[in-house]
Amino acid sequence: MSYDRLTHPLVRENGVLRRATWDEALERAAEGFRRNIAKNGPDSFCMLACARSTNEMNYVGQKFTRVVVGTNNVDSCNRTCHAPSVAGLSAVFGSGGGTSSYQEVEDTDVIVMWGSAARNAHPIFFQHVLKAIHNGARMFAVDPRRTGTAQWAHLWLGLNVGTDIPLAHAVAREIIHAGLHNEAFIERATVGFEEFKESVEPWTLTAAEQVTGVPADAIRELAHAYARADRAQLCWTLGITEHHNATDNVRALINLALLTGHVGRYGSGLSPLRGQNNVQGGGDMGAIPNRLPGFQDLLDPEIRTRFETAWGKPLQPRYGYNLTEMLEAMGEGKVTTCYLIGENPVQSEADSLSCIKRLSMLDHLVVQDIFLTKTAQMADVVLPASAAWCEADGTFTNSERRVQRVRKALEPPGEARDDIWIMCEIARRLGHDWHYDGAEEVWDELRALSPQHAGMTYQRLADLQGIQWPCPSEDSVEPPYLHHRLWETDPVKRGTPAPFAVLRHSPPVDLLDEEYPLRLTTGRRLDSYNTGVQSSGFASPLRRGETVEMSPEDAERLGLVAGEEVRISSRRGSVTAPVFIDPALRPGLVFMTFHFPDEVDTNALTIEATDPIAGTAEFKAAAVRVEKLVKAG
Amino acid sequence: MDLRFRGAEPSEEERAAVDALLGPPATAWEGGTRTETDLRIAARSESQRDLLLPALHAVNDRVGWISEGALEYICRRLTVPPAEAYGVATFYSLFSMEPRPKRVLHVCTDLACQAKGGEAVRRRVEEALGPQGTSWHESPCLGLCERAPAALALEAGTPPTARVYAPADAETIAAAPSPNGHTPNLDVAGDAPVKDAVPQAGKDGLLLLRRVGTTDPGSLDDYRANGGYTALRRAFELGPAGVIREVLESGLVGRGGAAFPTGRKWDATARQPDHPHYLVCNADESEPGTFKDRVIMEGDPYALVEAMTIAAYATGCAKGYLYIRGEYPRATARLQHAIATARSRGLLGENILGKGLSFDIELRRGAGAYICGEETAIFNSIEGQRGEPRSKPPFPVEKGLFGKPTVVNNVETLVNVLPILERGAQAYAAAEPKLFCVSGAVERPGVYELTFGATLRELVELAGTTGTTRAVLLGGAAGAFVTDLDIPLTFEGTRNAGATLGSGVVLVIDDTVDMKRLLLRIAEFFRDESCGQCVPCRVGTVRQEEALHRLSSRVDQDDLVLLREVGQTMRDASICGLGQTAWNAVESAIDRLGVFK
Amino acid sequence: MIPLQPPRRLIDVQIDGEDVRVPEGSTILDACQAAGKDIPTLCYGDTLTPKNACRVCVVEVEGARTLAPACSRKAEAGMKVGTDTERARQSRKVVLELLGSSVDMSTTPRAAEWVEEYGADPARFGDDAATVEQPAKVDNDLYVRDYSKCILCYKCVDACGDQWQNTFAIGVAGRGFDATISTEFDAPLTDSACVYCGNCVEVCPTGALSFKTEFDMRAEGTWDESRQTETTTICSYCGVGCNLTLHVQDNKIVKVTSPHDNPVTKGNLCVKGRFGFGYV
Repeated sequence: MSYDRLTHPLVRENGVLRRATWDEALERAAEGFRRNIAKNGPDSFCMLACARSTNEMNYVGQKFTRVVVGTNNVDSCNRTCHAPSVAGLSAVFGSGGGTSSYQEVEDTDVIVMWGSAARNAHPIFFQHVLKAIHNGARMFAVDPRRTGTAQWAHLWLGLNVGTDIPLAHAVAREIIHAGLHNEAFIERATVGFEEFKESVEPWTLTAAEQVTGVPADAIRELAHAYARADRAQLCWTLGITEHHNATDNVRALINLALLTGHVGRYGSGLSPLRGQNNVQGGGDMGAIPNRLPGFQDLLDPEIRTRFETAWGKPLQPRYGYNLTEMLEAMGEGKVTTCYLIGENPVQSEADSLSCIKRLSMLDHLVVQDIFLTKTAQMADVVLPASAAWCEADGTFTNSERRVQRVRKALEPPGEARDDIWIMCEIARRLGHDWHYDGAEEVWDELRALSPQHAGMTYQRLADLQGIQWPCPSEDSVEPPYLHHRLWETDPVKRGTPAPFAVLRHSPPVDLLDEEYPLRLTTGRRLDSYNTGVQSSGFASPLRRGETVEMSPEDAERLGLVAGEEVRISSRRGSVTAPVFIDPALRPGLVFMTFHFPDEVDTNALTIEATDPIAGTAEFKAAAVRVEKLVKAG
Repeated sequence: MDLRFRGAEPSEEERAAVDALLGPPATAWEGGTRTETDLRIAARSESQRDLLLPALHAVNDRVGWISEGALEYICRRLTVPPAEAYGVATFYSLFSMEPRPKRVLHVCTDLACQAKGGEAVRRRVEEALGPQGTSWHESPCLGLCERAPAALALEAGTPPTARVYAPADAETIAAAPSPNGHTPNLDVAGDAPVKDAVPQAGKDGLLLLRRVGTTDPGSLDDYRANGGYTALRRAFELGPAGVIREVLESGLVGRGGAAFPTGRKWDATARQPDHPHYLVCNADESEPGTFKDRVIMEGDPYALVEAMTIAAYATGCAKGYLYIRGEYPRATARLQHAIATARSRGLLGENILGKGLSFDIELRRGAGAYICGEETAIFNSIEGQRGEPRSKPPFPVEKGLFGKPTVVNNVETLVNVLPILERGAQAYAAAEPKLFCVSGAVERPGVYELTFGATLRELVELAGTTGTTRAVLLGGAAGAFVTDLDIPLTFEGTRNAGATLGSGVVLVIDDTVDMKRLLLRIAEFFRDESCGQCVPCRVGTVRQEEALHRLSSRVDQDDLVLLREVGQTMRDASICGLGQTAWNAVESAIDRLGVFK
Repeated sequence: MIPLQPPRRLIDVQIDGEDVRVPEGSTILDACQAAGKDIPTLCYGDTLTPKNACRVCVVEVEGARTLAPACSRKAEAGMKVGTDTERARQSRKVVLELLGSSVDMSTTPRAAEWVEEYGADPARFGDDAATVEQPAKVDNDLYVRDYSKCILCYKCVDACGDQWQNTFAIGVAGRGFDATISTEFDAPLTDSACVYCGNCVEVCPTGALSFKTEFDMRAEGTWDESRQTETTTICSYCGVGCNLTLHVQDNKIVKVTSPHDNPVTKGNLCVKGRFGFGYV
């Protein structure tokens, strides 16, 4: 189905949403927040900011949460995808961004695409990979499916779902045993090597082959290629992060870079590919529970004082709830009101039924969106927003940390208004007389507070077609990669060394058994996007609706033919979808997207087993069975 | 590569044809059955694009046409995108993408045949077999001009067969065809002994044709008994630099038409730091009226193998491609035989004659495209691309086949190297031989070897004219008409006369020939054979033909001006020699013969 | 550290008698642009390897037998180039006539201007002159292929092929005047390898490939570039950060392009960025 844009505010009256004036809607929104904060304290409020909205909106959103409400309960949907990347990278390097630039990918020698179907999910990033391949680089694809990405690979390694750590450990062990680890880098820039070395010792190639299903020779080839490359890039996407132990997965990959010194140099680095246009920026702007704008640690008193001075309000010296914790807190009655901007958790969260239940327990839910999504339909107040990328001014930050200008090309439809205007209006009703003359004013406020953005004036962003952070000065541009400090000879300049992580393999939570014998993994298709709210608006000739993709062998075994409608059941729920036979899958593995939740709610099947550090859910591994539908009558 | 296939399946026969060429598929991803390993790892299938043309031939030879299932299977095996393979397959006129009878008759309607009653043959065939398209086609020059009019039947099967009709008897070939061809293997059904194509055969003093008709083309021993492989031994004595010096001193220039000094080409290639170097023998002899290379390849195939070996030795090539016209079944068979024999005797392969030289020859068949005789189009064709010329610079010596330094010579040029080494550069230069393809209104058509400097009149008299000679087309369709028979047959002499030696075509036109029709045929030829890459040639050749059509019924000054402007633009602005010369013959006919006066 | 590019040597060439200094490896076209000469081009694309197929950019290089395509021929030290000689002008005129007589150039930017400038008369070949006229292929809702406007410049094939998209959905099929841009076996796009990135539309110089929105608006007579604005912003469909230039008429997006010099996209987009604007 395709959605119509929201063109006027809605408020709930007698259980149904009806049209309202802006004044009424804003007043209702503010009143609900005020009521709950007064009754239950500021921590009963939470905000979900939008990873698709501008940096400026995210900045104002987190400021609203911290200053107007006085809590750190702000997060965004990067929980559902890349929070583990940020958590992993920042734990090792002190900064959560990908370390390299797209141009470096073109100039590298070995590229490992680990759990990344970039050919379809990040097509233009993959063009840089293709340039590299045409320039002679070797690309390795690690993915349970032989995706389009894998078909371009020098070697595809089809591991079992959820066995990334054993594979990474075996690669590490092989590198160490072959004497290919970078001793100089390890000595100089890392800590914890000995413990790490010991921890990977059990993961012989044979042991890894048994667990991952990947032949030992292939693991050896990957290990040697990566370690021997002069330059190597390690890129990953949701195949790594949508697991219950996602942060560990990320750390396992980072270990490989530390082992070989493939970080902090031109052409060598770590690149998590972001699924949404401003996931990177949302975190950078502090729209996360533990960081202030500029990805600055909330717990650092000096930093906090700077913000308190600038904002004129004391900040709570503790981390707020992340998305997963927010949902739990809703269930427990600790969070009673929520300001939800541009997010659709009802359809994007794993285990959607439980999500609906928790949201319905809120006293006051305000949704600010461009569509009347399933989530918006549950709200008390719905505020029609402008589409950030074409109806607003501002900036986005992409996967290579490049901050780029977003420009208003269209007037929003009907009465829809700019996100920042809406937030300021609510802030005003809550006693904070905010006013910004356009996005640039917000940006300049941010630049004054965030050293890594300080040099990025709008004019420079336009002139240079975007600037990668860090950019502390208006007079220079930094190298396109991060962490060069690790290669400094002077220990002072080198700073905090990067720690190896000792990790344990933890298989997917949702176990396979006789009742649920098939491993369901999920992902994206080229022409669709997330819950399909935006991408359903164009008539893609590629779109074929939701299907359950399975190997020819499984289809034959179950007596299924292409196009046949079948029932797919997990321990949590069940849906029906037509069969699509795909030789990219091996027996035992089935695949679905979550692009068509209105027709097939794939997330009724997935498990809400979350990563304890980053809070992401295990979308990539559910246990299911597929059955023929019995004809009625 | 993440190629997308539409899901057409090959027939058993098509699959077998491809597998016979490539062997069985290695993995499920290339069309084999799925194994446990396939489900766990897959190495990237490197594109084997250069095998595309051989694979298309394999199917076309066996089945007679190329179905979508066959094309997809080829693409899967070679990792070639189907849309590109389709573009390549449709470039060549010998392939059909639609079902057609296994036996297809190619009736030559080109210049030499037209001058010898080819039109009557064509009409009879049309009456008997219906309009052309499936079971028969009009064909550009088949290179059988000495026995014009000619036709060639190719029949798909296991093995494919061929039959030559030359001179074609309208009644015989128009009659319901019997399965009468046989597999090209040294001989092709219906073909006359190659000796018949060389009126001078057996005469003393011949250098290039000395063995044609006198030595068994199937026997390496006979070749060696008649002086074969003495030049290669001499080459080893001289060393690569010495060979190049001899070739430079001999003054040998390319016989393909451009007359570039061969020694300089070899020297430039030898000096290229980039490796490997490739040798390409251009045996895609397709200039209408030309058949000398065919005669050498059929009559003295080992000479070409030896000459290529010497060229490779001098220029540092380990691999040579012999790109031969698809319409030359007998020459193909004889060269395949010669290459195999030479290889089995240690004259190709590793450590030739124990001198440390490693060199081998891969024979590649063209598939019906005149343009592939262009020196860079031939590279694209071998690489499995559409046979479109590349723009120069870069020149082949720098970036040629597979982007590597390449020396490309035609057959006649290469075989000249043998007497250069056997006799020494000076002796050779003193009496430099040149081959001419004489056809049309003469008593004894065929390939003639003359020493440079003889006049056109001497040559024509040697062949004996029939009827009243009105003009001679020198150099083929890309050449020019001349009326002055006292032109010396040298590069300079013909250039001074506003003509060209070109590929050595001497087509004698008598007063029975309809010149307007002949010009139309030339225009039609260029229109048919334009690759379509550049605008001046792609559209210009069409406009030229349209104007000649109008002019043949009504002379109009505007059309003559138009012809001249279009012609000059084709000459000035086309990418390659085809477009640049497409107006030559027409211009000379208008200016010298006053055809549209 | 970022590897430095070795400094490029500079060479001197003469364009219409005027000395120009350009970096080694520049084309004649680069040199002409440096000298402020306006050379017509059609098949040249700033993001593609020159195919030099259209030949409207030919110039006269002193000492050369034939004219040279400015777009691809490298400038050499001491080269003397005439961009506006009688011979070059004559060739351009005839090439424009050949194109104009066989192809519908009504939506080719600047074509009419050049026809005028060079005094070309495409009608001189008469009413019976062969053309590539054929019905437009409308087989999907995103973009239209109107090959009666195709000059066979190969740019779409190159953009779809290994220069950018690596999808290889189209190739050149057939030969000579009958050559066309085609999928395998001329299948409709919906049954081809096409992934609808529209990178072919981005590079098409004649409007043979166009957004369905543009095609329909032209048919209705509502397409009006003078009323359109172009705004460059960032795509919202993933985190790569592709730059989109939105062409807006009457507050509606009618077409999406991407800046060719952008470090992220180099002018390329995917189906979502190019065509996924329907919801705003």
